[in-house]
Amino acid sequence: MRFVIGLPFLWLGLFFLLPCLLVLAIALGTNAPDSVPPVELGLSFKSFALLFSDDLYLAAWLSSIRIAATSTLVALLLGYPMAYAIARAAPNRRPLLLMLVVLPFWTSFLIRIYAWMGLLADNGLIEQFLRWTGLATNPGTILGTEWAVHLGIVYAYLPFMVLPLYATLEKLDDSLLEAAGDLGARPLAAFLTVTLPLSLPGIVAGCLLVFIPAVGEFVIPDLLGGTETLMIGKVLWDEFFTNGDWPLASAVAVCLLVLLVGPIAIFQRNQARSLERRT
Amino acid sequence: MSSGPIVRIEGLTKRFGPIVAVDRVDLEIARGELFALLGGSGCGKTTLLRMLAGFETPDEGRLFIDGQDMTDVPPYRRPVNMMFQSYALFPHMDVATNVGYGLRRDGVKAPEIATRVAEILKLVHLDDHAKRKPSQLSGGQRQRVALARALVKRPKILLLDEPLAALDRKLREATRFEMVRLQEQLGLTFVMVTHDQEEAMSMATRLAVMNAGRIAQIGTPHEIYEHPASRFVADFIGIANILALPEGGWMALRPEKITLAAGRPDLPRAVAGTIVDLAYEGDRSLYHVATEAHGTMIVSAANTSRTAGGAFSRGQQVWLGWSNEAGQRLEA
Repeated sequence: MRFVIGLPFLWLGLFFLLPCLLVLAIALGTNAPDSVPPVELGLSFKSFALLFSDDLYLAAWLSSIRIAATSTLVALLLGYPMAYAIARAAPNRRPLLLMLVVLPFWTSFLIRIYAWMGLLADNGLIEQFLRWTGLATNPGTILGTEWAVHLGIVYAYLPFMVLPLYATLEKLDDSLLEAAGDLGARPLAAFLTVTLPLSLPGIVAGCLLVFIPAVGEFVIPDLLGGTETLMIGKVLWDEFFTNGDWPLASAVAVCLLVLLVGPIAIFQRNQARSLERRT
Repeated sequence: MSSGPIVRIEGLTKRFGPIVAVDRVDLEIARGELFALLGGSGCGKTTLLRMLAGFETPDEGRLFIDGQDMTDVPPYRRPVNMMFQSYALFPHMDVATNVGYGLRRDGVKAPEIATRVAEILKLVHLDDHAKRKPSQLSGGQRQRVALARALVKRPKILLLDEPLAALDRKLREATRFEMVRLQEQLGLTFVMVTHDQEEAMSMATRLAVMNAGRIAQIGTPHEIYEHPASRFVADFIGIANILALPEGGWMALRPEKITLAAGRPDLPRAVAGTIVDLAYEGDRSLYHVATEAHGTMIVSAANTSRTAGGAFSRGQQVWLGWSNEAGQRLEA
């Protein structure tokens, strides 16, 4: 019995905690380009010091937060009506609609982002469409801009917004809305005073599920963004693979983790509280 | 303000797909009545109430409240408020905020809202619970919050959907009197839906017995009980022995109108029988008596002495007697 309980902890310790500690150890080492691996372990804060002295890292971090935050907001504005519509749909049609939300997961994430490259490229399908409809004669390049990065993040993480929102909206008791209407609330007022506050746990959960991975996102800015798109995940990649500076890359990773602990803690508390409310 | 009926319903019909939930109902409810819509599940009583509130739009017919045509008016513009069966209290608001919700929607000024909420909470004895959340209240307290929330806007009609169904028996009886007291004190019109005939009979000034989307009979509790118009009503309300008349047609005979005796009673109608079953109910006992002429009849007798199980026992030969006026001739 004790073994059964211990197994997941062993797993987490071995494949989650240990790698974290390894990354921390590397971050505290110094760069040694000629040895294998290219790091000399020690207790040096040189890499961390560099992170705070060079503006690039702060700028990358702020830009990641900004891109992740705006993408989260757009995903919320798109996802809320979607989740609301699914929750209000006839019960026998809901599984199909939910299926459609989850359907993109059947294709690899990487392939879907590559597909967006094709869509957004110069003379790609979207540009051709814009020209053909006459909406824009010379739309300019979308691929390689921050627009494309936002688009990619919203596209990739939208299901993570819709699903928790649906879960809270679906539980909403219809008679509460009827009661609001009966007491004189027009539909909009009923939404703002009843539906919205009661779906707050879903909003918080959805926003964090989009925001947290979006901050550290690497694939989307790398494939859809241009050289001017600065995101912390991309910086990390560059330090590791291009510059071969393991301690600096690890220091970036440690900082990213520390900075995301805050939102993750909020998420956990929100989940725990909505669980409590249900029981 | 007109002096006509507060509710006038003309040929109201509501269908859900192939099902006719409410079928050409005509009804008038007078000011200050405590009117009950009584019937089994699926009889259309709740749909009728929801059409009064505006949650369902009738397919045919007209609905007037205080002389004004409300057929197509949305719920938020109707001068009625409803107390929901589930109470539908807003879980994220405390008691005072719940009760003040309707006043805020009407743009009433904050100080006036505070006074009116305090007043109504006092009326339902919840003045010291204003800051509690609904989840921190007992079932009876929640019921009173729901009542206060529906009353605070001083609606022309208060609609009550099974107002006592969620309470336990003891509390239900106390609340019954409490609600009648409130209704008389406020002079409001109450329209209540219930499946509980005891509730309808004891509270309502008038009631409508519904069956299959139609009104089977409207009347005071006394009229409905003593003068049922049809076999359905006679059978639905209380217990009735339905006897076939020799000249054709039917008669309803209530168990307590029959005299049960060991020897032949000196009454115009008398039949002999055997007690086949009996149910002891404390204050009275119900006897199932097998008779030659009318099959098994149900007779009740008050247990005036403390003899075990009532005055008669199973298998005993007895006589049943009743007067000429004891039964009600049924039209249908």
